[in-house]
Amino acid sequence: MDMKATKKKLGLKEKYAHMTRGLGWETTYQPMDAVFPYAKFEGIKIHDWERWEDPFRLTMDAYWKYQAEKERKLYAVLDAFAQNNGHLSITDARYLNAIKLFLCGISPLEYVAHRGFAAAGRNFPGVGPRIACLMQSLDEIRHAQTQIHALSNYNKYYDGFHDFKHMLERVWYLSVPKSFFDDAYSAGPFEWMIAIGFSFEYVLTNLLFVPFMSGAAYNGDMATVTFGFSAQSDEARHMTLGLECIKFMLEQDPDNLPIVQKWIDKWAWRGIRVLTLVGMMMDYMLPKRVMSWKEAWEIYFEQNGGALFNDLARYGIKMPDCVKQCTVDKEHISHQAWATFYQYGGAAAFHTWSPTDEEMDWLSAKYPNTFDKYYRPRFTYWREQAEKGNRFYSNTLPMLCQVCQIPMVFTEPDDPTQICYRESEFKGEKFHTCSDGCKHIFDDEPEKYVQSWLPVHQIYQGNCFTPSANPADPAFDPMLEVLKFYNFNLGHDNMDYEGSRDQQNFNTWRGLATKNV
Amino acid sequence: MAVNALKEYSFPIIDGADKFHGRQLLYVGWDHHLLFCAPFAYCLPPDTRFGDIVEKMLPHSFGYHPDWQKVDFSTATWLKSGQPWQPDMNKTLAELGLKHKDALRLQTPGLMGIGGSCS
Ligand SMILES: [Fe+2]
Ligand SMILES: [Fe+2]
Repeated sequence: MDMKATKKKLGLKEKYAHMTRGLGWETTYQPMDAVFPYAKFEGIKIHDWERWEDPFRLTMDAYWKYQAEKERKLYAVLDAFAQNNGHLSITDARYLNAIKLFLCGISPLEYVAHRGFAAAGRNFPGVGPRIACLMQSLDEIRHAQTQIHALSNYNKYYDGFHDFKHMLERVWYLSVPKSFFDDAYSAGPFEWMIAIGFSFEYVLTNLLFVPFMSGAAYNGDMATVTFGFSAQSDEARHMTLGLECIKFMLEQDPDNLPIVQKWIDKWAWRGIRVLTLVGMMMDYMLPKRVMSWKEAWEIYFEQNGGALFNDLARYGIKMPDCVKQCTVDKEHISHQAWATFYQYGGAAAFHTWSPTDEEMDWLSAKYPNTFDKYYRPRFTYWREQAEKGNRFYSNTLPMLCQVCQIPMVFTEPDDPTQICYRESEFKGEKFHTCSDGCKHIFDDEPEKYVQSWLPVHQIYQGNCFTPSANPADPAFDPMLEVLKFYNFNLGHDNMDYEGSRDQQNFNTWRGLATKNV
Repeated sequence: MAVNALKEYSFPIIDGADKFHGRQLLYVGWDHHLLFCAPFAYCLPPDTRFGDIVEKMLPHSFGYHPDWQKVDFSTATWLKSGQPWQPDMNKTLAELGLKHKDALRLQTPGLMGIGGSCS
């Protein structure tokens, strides 16, 4: 008999229904609970997954088409950048140290975000969030790839770009962003969505991407600006997903509120601690500054975040408690972080330097309450000593916070002259944290944080040497061996910018490009 | 509170006293000298004499600071876990009851860092 030809083209609405909701089904060979084992253990109650509102009505075919178009443009710009020696258009090679930090500390996390959203997409029983997480998962791997491709141009000419993946898993300061994502990834799918989808992608994202992308634009880094633009439309989608997810959880059951609030409190603090690195980048590493960390915090957190939490108040959500501490910290953390990297600059895969007089004046104007009183004397002393050939490099490993893994550099909320020490006990062992925020997180789940891979402790346990290292050799130098384990090019990746190979090369090449020799 | 998990959640403490080949961690910070961004971590045998730490290790770590030469250990005070604590320079860590991962704060009244800025 004749087959009846079906309509060739689906309408948009039909296509959308078939390609999203139409892809899910109730399993019968196995119970749904066995197919989705991670859906309930966190205590979040979902009664009707169909109530999920798709924040962006995007189907997979449209997704491919749209992203492919963006890729073509991106790679055309990157080719032009490479061919025209785009690296010589930046303000100064000091700038690239911010980008080394980005490549080593952020880009690999895009990859972890890819894995985390893929897992969330697998683990949610509802088809709406599954599709949304799938697309975000693809965005994130694309972000990792485009960032690596864009920044690989710099790897041809400058030090410190050569082994970001290896370094992420070993280097002391990279354990800060790494452990942040590992913490989220090892939680259940709902906590992951609050940690990364909401707190990171919605509440804090502007404090990460705007500073880096504007910093790039201000400093002539077209490679970074281009991948930033290319990721921008994805970021808008990610923010919407994070917000939809939290609203969905809160609307589904009143019992979800205290769990969600606890996660918001935790992940706001975890995220803000990681952003210390961004604050340092804004205030110290950009030859041409965009705005101060404090100003960025006020605009993107206090103002925009304030409006967001006002909006969420109707669900019973409150602004995280840590904001009080952050209001104090915004005057201090960038200075404390740069002081840390300055003195541990022998063990970093990027260069550090003393701020110039002009830069210090900028800092005192931006931080009238704190810079001259607490930080200028420190940086001035170091600079004077460096000029006398006595540049300070700390020779002893620092104590780290068990939760954020940052050295214990932060000061008491009511006393900027006093390091903040917090201590907990668990199973007869002591655990130290940098703040009430980190202590609170530790005390809530000590079983989790006793597993923190703290680089300093791992070094002392003897776990951070290359296989060829021989501790029995009388000439064995443990610190040198650790830097080999990190795969640093010693004397090139680390130490002061002043006198570095990056500085010499950039000045020579730029001279060739702009002057008649 | 316990970790909310699908199965029994129990893992070894990776920095436990048993993981340092017979040694123990000791943290030492110097109050009001933030030129050193964080307290230092040392990994020492329990039979280390406290005087050796004060005479050899701390000068190596803190000696860069112009205040270090002015430190008078007969008037300096110490805190352990934030509480007043009195060392005996001739006793060992074990004899002094210092446990793995104890945190000490050295206080040197009158010394207020670079230009009095606590740096
Ligand atoms: Fe991303
Ligand atoms: Fe911390």
